[in-house]
Amino acid sequence: MAILLNEDTRVLCQGMTGWAGSHHTAVMIEYGTRVVAGVTPGKGGRFHLGLPVFDTVTDAMAATKANASMIFVPPDNAAKAMIEAIEAEMPLIVAITERVPVLDMLRVRDALKGSSTILVGPNSQGILAPGICKMGVMATGSERRGGIGVISRSASLTSEITQQITLAGLGQSTTVGVGGDAVHGLGMRQCFEMFLKDPQTEGIVLIGEIGGSEEEDLADFIRETRPSIPVVALIVGIHAPRERRMGHAGALNLKGRGEADAKIKALAAAGVVIASSPHLVGETIRDCLARKAA
Amino acid sequence: MKLHEFQSKRLLSRFGVLVPAGRVALTPDEARYIANDLDGRGYAVKAQILAGGRGRAGGVRLVQNPGDVEAAARDLIGRRLVTEQSGPEGHPVKRVLVETALPIASTLHLSLFVDSSSAELVALASAGGDMDIEERFKRGELKLERASLGDGRTAAPDEVASLGARVGLEGAVLDAFVALVEKLRVAFIESDASLIEINPLVITDAGTLVAADAKVTIDDNALFRQQDIAAFQDEEDLDETEVSAQRRQLNYVRLDGDIGLAVNGAGLGLATLDMVRAAGGRPANFMDIRTTAKSLDVAYGFGLLLKNPAVKAILINVHGGGMQPCDTIAEGLGIAMRRTGRACPTIVRLAGKNADFARNRFANFGCNVIECPDMWSAAVRAVAAVR
Repeated sequence: MAILLNEDTRVLCQGMTGWAGSHHTAVMIEYGTRVVAGVTPGKGGRFHLGLPVFDTVTDAMAATKANASMIFVPPDNAAKAMIEAIEAEMPLIVAITERVPVLDMLRVRDALKGSSTILVGPNSQGILAPGICKMGVMATGSERRGGIGVISRSASLTSEITQQITLAGLGQSTTVGVGGDAVHGLGMRQCFEMFLKDPQTEGIVLIGEIGGSEEEDLADFIRETRPSIPVVALIVGIHAPRERRMGHAGALNLKGRGEADAKIKALAAAGVVIASSPHLVGETIRDCLARKAA
Repeated sequence: MKLHEFQSKRLLSRFGVLVPAGRVALTPDEARYIANDLDGRGYAVKAQILAGGRGRAGGVRLVQNPGDVEAAARDLIGRRLVTEQSGPEGHPVKRVLVETALPIASTLHLSLFVDSSSAELVALASAGGDMDIEERFKRGELKLERASLGDGRTAAPDEVASLGARVGLEGAVLDAFVALVEKLRVAFIESDASLIEINPLVITDAGTLVAADAKVTIDDNALFRQQDIAAFQDEEDLDETEVSAQRRQLNYVRLDGDIGLAVNGAGLGLATLDMVRAAGGRPANFMDIRTTAKSLDVAYGFGLLLKNPAVKAILINVHGGGMQPCDTIAEGLGIAMRRTGRACPTIVRLAGKNADFARNRFANFGCNVIECPDMWSAAVRAVAAVR
């Protein structure tokens, strides 16, 4: 078992006929992902990479029983593509697109209200369930099927930490890039709850960074629920240059949250083990699991 | 993209927001002429810089006559203003905004912004807007009130009226407040703002609401559809190096240390920065090479590092991925070293796709690199190299 993906995941790609869409779709197929269709408005009826292309998500779902959508659509139309997939009741959406305007994302979040669709991203590297399905643009080769769930806001660090976990003799149940943008779909906390319900997941690694308050919100949840499996966190940006500010609204709204120190303090207080350096995450989760077994 | 106060006011007045009469001056003479034209009981002379905290730093002068306006402008224009939000290097003052002073009955703080945790547009208000607002907030002396404006596409007059009532407004002033927030909501959506802050919002003796100060930030990701606002961008306000790096798919920020950093990915870049500091070193820069950067872009980035005389060693931390294998970075370094003719102790840590190919590229280009097996040993080695 993994979270979000399984052997029955049938992927369609919105924006498959573009450069990035073509490249990554081919790489996903090579990995073993069941990509069943592409959607590009105006190109319905054609074939691309040997797959049928449809004008709309609804048509593609009806014809191919796709149950997950990857979005490679450029920023100016990315939100429209997400909303189209949400309205078509696509169960899972992974949005890779970077630099989507934030007000567009408010509309997407509004469309998600009352919907059962799970949106991962945008500005996400995607989801990887080693040996089962890759729905993303991450490099593969150092992942291994196993029991560690990875929740991350950073694509580059996910590759790094995935490799560390494998080198520590463990593997990953699923790695999830929740996305680097301020307003996005699936949050760290919801993702964490999914891992807690997954029987394969024996430990969770959180990769957080400065900005926003998702790590603090997750810390509140962990403090209240006291999960039985070990949780290790890495928070980066402790020494990041401070952004030149304009005005007071951000400080008044965040109430001291958002800084790396605040996140580390909140997570540690909730019982999360903080990796003492970015290079020690794999060892830290391995030691936690060993202590638990002893 | 941050807008200057005068640009923010120009933008907001297009949407019907009232602002004090005034104009921008580039010279002290011009400031006096503007004051002569204004019908004022007094004047405000305000340094135009892209940072908050001007009031406390002496960047806002309240004076009585056009001669004093000229003197204040003479003092401000050309100086560097360091404020609590500007960073230690401060910002150069190139212009002042000369405005007529307002007959103030009372003030408010009002801001609209996107709250990322609730994914909605929020209006935040408090009675008594001024430059000490954050300090009063930290001391627990400020009562902030909040109203959700949803996704911002429709007016929310009831929520806004409730917000106004909670900060003590009533009658005609409350109605004016609701009308003002509605104008700001429209301005926010139509301009793709991420922040509009009015502090202070002045309630005049006559009961009208005037934005005595205004700070607007536009969402950089939406500038493609806000061309007229993008044209407000004053290139001189930006760090030239950072801007040209952006064009080459690099996020570059100059720091004050001696170890040049080059990392692919922002998260890995922050991690590398933290490790160099933990190892006792001082980075000369933060540089995230985006996955869309090609080898010539990467070469430009290494060129920035090699041209910086403070850089005594370079630390490259690369985790090659699907879009950007290690050899792209290696090739970039090789090209930059040939172009600049400068060799510099270079510590490399390679992982992920095409690490072996990258080693070949370094050898082909004659780059004498020191390779370390993991991130931490690379950071330690780089720190040792500058000692």
